[in-house]
Amino acid sequence: MKATSAAAAYGEIKGRAEARWRGPGSDRTVVMVGAATCGRAAGALEVLQAFRDEIKKRNLNVPVIEVGCMGHCYAEPLVVIARPGYPPIAYGYVNPVIAERLVKEFILGDNPCPEFVLAALTANDLLPSFADFPRAQYENKVILDNCGHIDPTDIEHYIATGGYASLAKALDTTPEAVTEEVKKSGLRGRGGAGFPTGRKWQTCREAPGSPKYIVCNADEGDPGAFMDRAILESDPHSVIEGIIIAAYAAGASHGYIYVRAEYPLAVERIDIALRQAKKLNLLGKNILGTDFSLDITLFQGSGAFVCGEETALIASLEGRSGMPRHRPPYPATQGLDGKPTVVNNVKTMAYVPHIIGRGAAWFRGIGTPESPGTAVFALAGKVVNTGLVEVPMGTTLRQIIFEAGSGIPKGRKFKAVQIGGPSGGCLPESALDLPVDFESLAGAGAMMGSGGMVVLDEDDCMVEIARYFLEFTQRESCGKCTFCRLGTKQMLEILTEFTQGEGKLEDLDTLEKLAADVKAGSLCQFGATAPNPVLTTLRYFRDEYREHIELGRCPALMCLHLIAYYILPDKCERSCDACVGTCTVEAISSNKKRIKVVDQEKCVKCGTCLTACPPQYNAVIKLSPPSEVPGK
Amino acid sequence: MAKTKKSPKNEAKKLAEATRQIIRGFGRKRHNLIPILQKVQGRLGYLPLPAMTEIAAHLAIPPIDVYGVVTFYNQFRLNPPGRHSIRVCLGTACHMKGGHITLDAWKRRLKIDTRQTTEDREFDLDTVACVGCCTMAPVTVVDEKPEGQVEPTRVDGILLAFENERKARAKGKGEGN
Repeated sequence: MKATSAAAAYGEIKGRAEARWRGPGSDRTVVMVGAATCGRAAGALEVLQAFRDEIKKRNLNVPVIEVGCMGHCYAEPLVVIARPGYPPIAYGYVNPVIAERLVKEFILGDNPCPEFVLAALTANDLLPSFADFPRAQYENKVILDNCGHIDPTDIEHYIATGGYASLAKALDTTPEAVTEEVKKSGLRGRGGAGFPTGRKWQTCREAPGSPKYIVCNADEGDPGAFMDRAILESDPHSVIEGIIIAAYAAGASHGYIYVRAEYPLAVERIDIALRQAKKLNLLGKNILGTDFSLDITLFQGSGAFVCGEETALIASLEGRSGMPRHRPPYPATQGLDGKPTVVNNVKTMAYVPHIIGRGAAWFRGIGTPESPGTAVFALAGKVVNTGLVEVPMGTTLRQIIFEAGSGIPKGRKFKAVQIGGPSGGCLPESALDLPVDFESLAGAGAMMGSGGMVVLDEDDCMVEIARYFLEFTQRESCGKCTFCRLGTKQMLEILTEFTQGEGKLEDLDTLEKLAADVKAGSLCQFGATAPNPVLTTLRYFRDEYREHIELGRCPALMCLHLIAYYILPDKCERSCDACVGTCTVEAISSNKKRIKVVDQEKCVKCGTCLTACPPQYNAVIKLSPPSEVPGK
Repeated sequence: MAKTKKSPKNEAKKLAEATRQIIRGFGRKRHNLIPILQKVQGRLGYLPLPAMTEIAAHLAIPPIDVYGVVTFYNQFRLNPPGRHSIRVCLGTACHMKGGHITLDAWKRRLKIDTRQTTEDREFDLDTVACVGCCTMAPVTVVDEKPEGQVEPTRVDGILLAFENERKARAKGKGEGN
């Protein structure tokens, strides 16, 4: 038995952390700038600098902290100011000028500048709060709860909010008890496959061979998915704590975090987090004074989508090309270097501390009996509130898109939602009332996948999106299986012909046949699911395919070969040259009457003129097929 | 980055020497191959033949194995990078918001294809599967910084800013900001 309890060792660490991090807004003003990658793309670093400069200029003692992503990505850059006497207030669409004003008027003055307020974090009498948002009714934040509210580069901030308490609790029981608790919770792998996590750990622990390994799969490759990135950038310690507990339960002595190379900020934050955890003896030899030791190595992927497949990921860790191999044997019995290896997704790991801390029954109370807990979705595309949402499993697609996401912008009509990335499918309006869990979407031809959701409206062409995904899978296919390597290539060629108006109707059957063959003839899930985007669009949007083939027309006016830009002479304003100046290839000129004309030979169809044409004229339109252009 | 003289032989020698220096601290286990490649590319900017040969020797594996891994993964490049790197995101959200049109604009302006470097080694152009800023689509990563809403006119704007910077640099003074 252990000499001292991990809880006692943890208590000391926690005391120190709490002394340093009192809750924000308790007795001092704090500025928190959301500076995850999405925030940075919107200019968060400039906002951060503006706050620092202004505060320094005025000699104020106000810390400006870089935090992660709160999930309200549509309003980036996002800033939270916690000032005594006020609820913590979130400001959206902040720029350096607004930053300056907020310092002057809110931090120094008494004006919370309601014109820039997005919402208060807590309910109050003064300002609307996030609880009043329609999405609040559906949201249930578990693994996103800390994101955007703590400093991801400071372990003590995480500890002060109760972080690493579950690790101490776990270490004071047996690995068997920890595994049992997770099994009871019904936690299933959040990478998309939904395998019961506890069972995987048990298999690994009971398998012969040592050392055993634990791998956190952070190779989030699905285009359109950014949940794992946001969690790693905003709350890296929750994932690390989960990995340590998982390692303890599975009997692993060495861990890896396999991160995508395209996520440099996540890499940086994990690196910092690992060092800090080691310093506090939460990682390394004899963790919290117990007999348990674990080291974690940060491993960067190198840009191969297929490495998200666990056997390919392991091959990559071994210094080889990321090609999947046959399973069984499953990695839990024979993985890295042939030793038992647990591979779990980032989100799966992040749930573990919560389950250990609050118990399996609590977790089971959320979601559905078959899929307990919450699901995190990355909402992008044609939806008003893009960003991250965490909802209980079983919430319907309609609730997520129309309530949490506030529907489609600009009064456009919903057409489809692409869910599950290249392995998933496009679901139409009729599928919107399906509850989202591991099983329900499979019947409709899609899958939950890791949680990327791209909303498409009437301006998006379903043939083009199928072609896009096939182009992706064809490029990313590792080349091991013939059907995946060559079948996707043939499918892509057929789809490309469709988008160029050159297809034949019988190609539709060929496409379906090929899809079935690729599914059947591929070793790993990458190939087995690659045809899904094609199959679902064929199933729900066949008419659109037919229109491309029979009429050479793209109803969404998206396929570049099938459209032309045209300026309506009776709407074009003589005194306006907006389109002429912005045309990137000088394809627009004025005729004798000073009416603008597009030179169809020169036009590259970039759409700049359409954006440039002032709304009061609205003279630029798209026509399909291009033969619709008068005089052509 | 290693400053190289014009003679190709000289350049190869220098690259090999630089590679030996970079990989000295690594063990000889095959598992180190990808971290080594990342480090060497991080320093040299790309993975030239002499570097790959040195790495193969260090790990005692055939050079073809190194080449195989280098060409399997998208991150590794075989030609030298430009002063500025332009990476156009082609994730789903970016694509649906016209990422391919933006890519065409970059190609048109820089007069190169993807995975190439301009002749003056000022820019290199590549695509990236998804940088996870889907809400800012279409995204182009310019010198490691993700820029949101990059449409063809923005392409021209970014290039103009670089051009101005270059002019200011050529003048030697008068920092343009």
